[in-house]
Amino acid sequence: MNDVVISVHDLTKRFGTFTAVNRICFDVFRGEIFGFLGANGAGKTTAMRMLCGLSYPSSGHGTVAGFDVRTEGEQIKRHIGYMSQRFSLYNDLTVWENMNLFAGIYGLSKRETEARSLRLLDRLDFSAEKGTLVGSLPLGWKQKLSFAIATIHRPEVVFLDEPTGGVDPVTRRQFWEMIYEAADHGTTIFVTTHYMDEAEYCSRVSIMVDGEIRALDTPTRLKEQFAAQSMDEVFRLLARGAKRGE
Amino acid sequence: MEAIEVYHISKRFGSVQALDSVSFTVRPGELFGLIGPDGAGKTTLFRLLTTLLTPDSGSAKVDGYDIVRDYLAIRSHVGYMPGRFSLYPDLTVEENLDFFAALFGVTVEESYDLVAPVYKQIEPFRKRRAGKLSGGMKQKLALSCALIHRPHVLFLDEPTTGVDAVSRSEFWDMLAGLKQRGITILVSTPYMDEASRCDRIALCNEGRILGIDTPEDIVHRFEERLYAIRADQMFPLLAQARQVEGVMECYPFGETHHLVADSRFDVGNFVQQLSGLDGLTIRPVEPTIEDVFIKWMKR
Repeated sequence: MNDVVISVHDLTKRFGTFTAVNRICFDVFRGEIFGFLGANGAGKTTAMRMLCGLSYPSSGHGTVAGFDVRTEGEQIKRHIGYMSQRFSLYNDLTVWENMNLFAGIYGLSKRETEARSLRLLDRLDFSAEKGTLVGSLPLGWKQKLSFAIATIHRPEVVFLDEPTGGVDPVTRRQFWEMIYEAADHGTTIFVTTHYMDEAEYCSRVSIMVDGEIRALDTPTRLKEQFAAQSMDEVFRLLARGAKRGE
Repeated sequence: MEAIEVYHISKRFGSVQALDSVSFTVRPGELFGLIGPDGAGKTTLFRLLTTLLTPDSGSAKVDGYDIVRDYLAIRSHVGYMPGRFSLYPDLTVEENLDFFAALFGVTVEESYDLVAPVYKQIEPFRKRRAGKLSGGMKQKLALSCALIHRPHVLFLDEPTTGVDAVSRSEFWDMLAGLKQRGITILVSTPYMDEASRCDRIALCNEGRILGIDTPEDIVHRFEERLYAIRADQMFPLLAQARQVEGVMECYPFGETHHLVADSRFDVGNFVQQLSGLDGLTIRPVEPTIEDVFIKWMKR
């Protein structure tokens, strides 16, 4: 089916006798904002590494943007975007240099790089900061720039790892507006976070406990199902029983 | 006597005004929260109050002692848990605790009753090196070490950042326990949802305090009408809602958007104008601390 961008069936990762990710199954659809939650040590990072083509599954199947996580890891890396809260950009390169570097890594031609970088600068209202070192930008600007650069090659899906930690509430909302806009244009968003109020922004949310997905639905339906006021409460109800820590 | 008194403290690093004439007081036994994003000046304030920095101007007292003149006295009366894990990763849990006890000239035994509620949770791992602990366990060890000399005032700089929701909730339960023992606690967090666990909070941003109140009363400082709106297509909803008469602001807020309205706003007119959007709903809501923060930041 064309509209499934991420499809995972019984995906498992074992390290020796330890099963970090235990037969997880889910589909993510085009233009969805999918929240991927779990306690420390639940297996989120391991699962995400498999989806990004960075780790080979022990068993099970998965496709991301139409590519097989077992056999086409390199293709997956080219067709996704990735943004982490830390280390996403080079502080001692300028805004323009960072754009060019990442566009080059993703294999865009010189002409495409130039055109897309200019368009990004314009859309972010960053044209005056073209030559500014990224390290001297305020945190909120860095976050917006990171997201823009993570999508410079127009990936089908973007992985965001705790994207708005420590950001002020106004900038945070500008950031979510960018995410909504990208999703509205058909980009699929895959977000991991510890912060449950961030989960409330997602179309659907999955919650991992001890390597398994224990719940998956819209935030509204999860709150109904667990008779909870907030996603924080839902999460605590599920994760309190967790057997393993980090 | 107040536990912490801060008068017009300013501190600059090069071109960055980290703190700009900040004033507030914390009462003895109070659990006081500094709520604000990165760059608000929270860490600088902690470093000033724990005598690790001196202010450019202004003054402050902790437990009755002046932070510049009486810095040595303050160091033995306060506990400080910095934002970055600062214990010795190569020492075991037990060795770290013994080390901090020795630094302050006390023994673990004489402070055990105070430390126990926190330390007992990691005591089964006392032979493990601190560097090998999980995030939640490191945090508990750091708190134990900060308490070992029975401080009167405890400074906790973003203790819950990067920790999962269950551990965060447990941590706040531990702070409530310490408060019962009469310890004054100044704690910072970037997360608005933790504010309700404090007696009073200061919202801070870019070196300034935007306002101080109890978590219950601070939301009453938001006087405008506030609505939560939804539609099947959330992004077009934002743009269209902002065009409607009487809409002062509209911003994403979890599953809904929050819409701030003035007296010209009319719900019937709003629904009619946005009738092209499927699944449109609008309902009045009570403001949250985050709405207040947004309003004050834009003021």
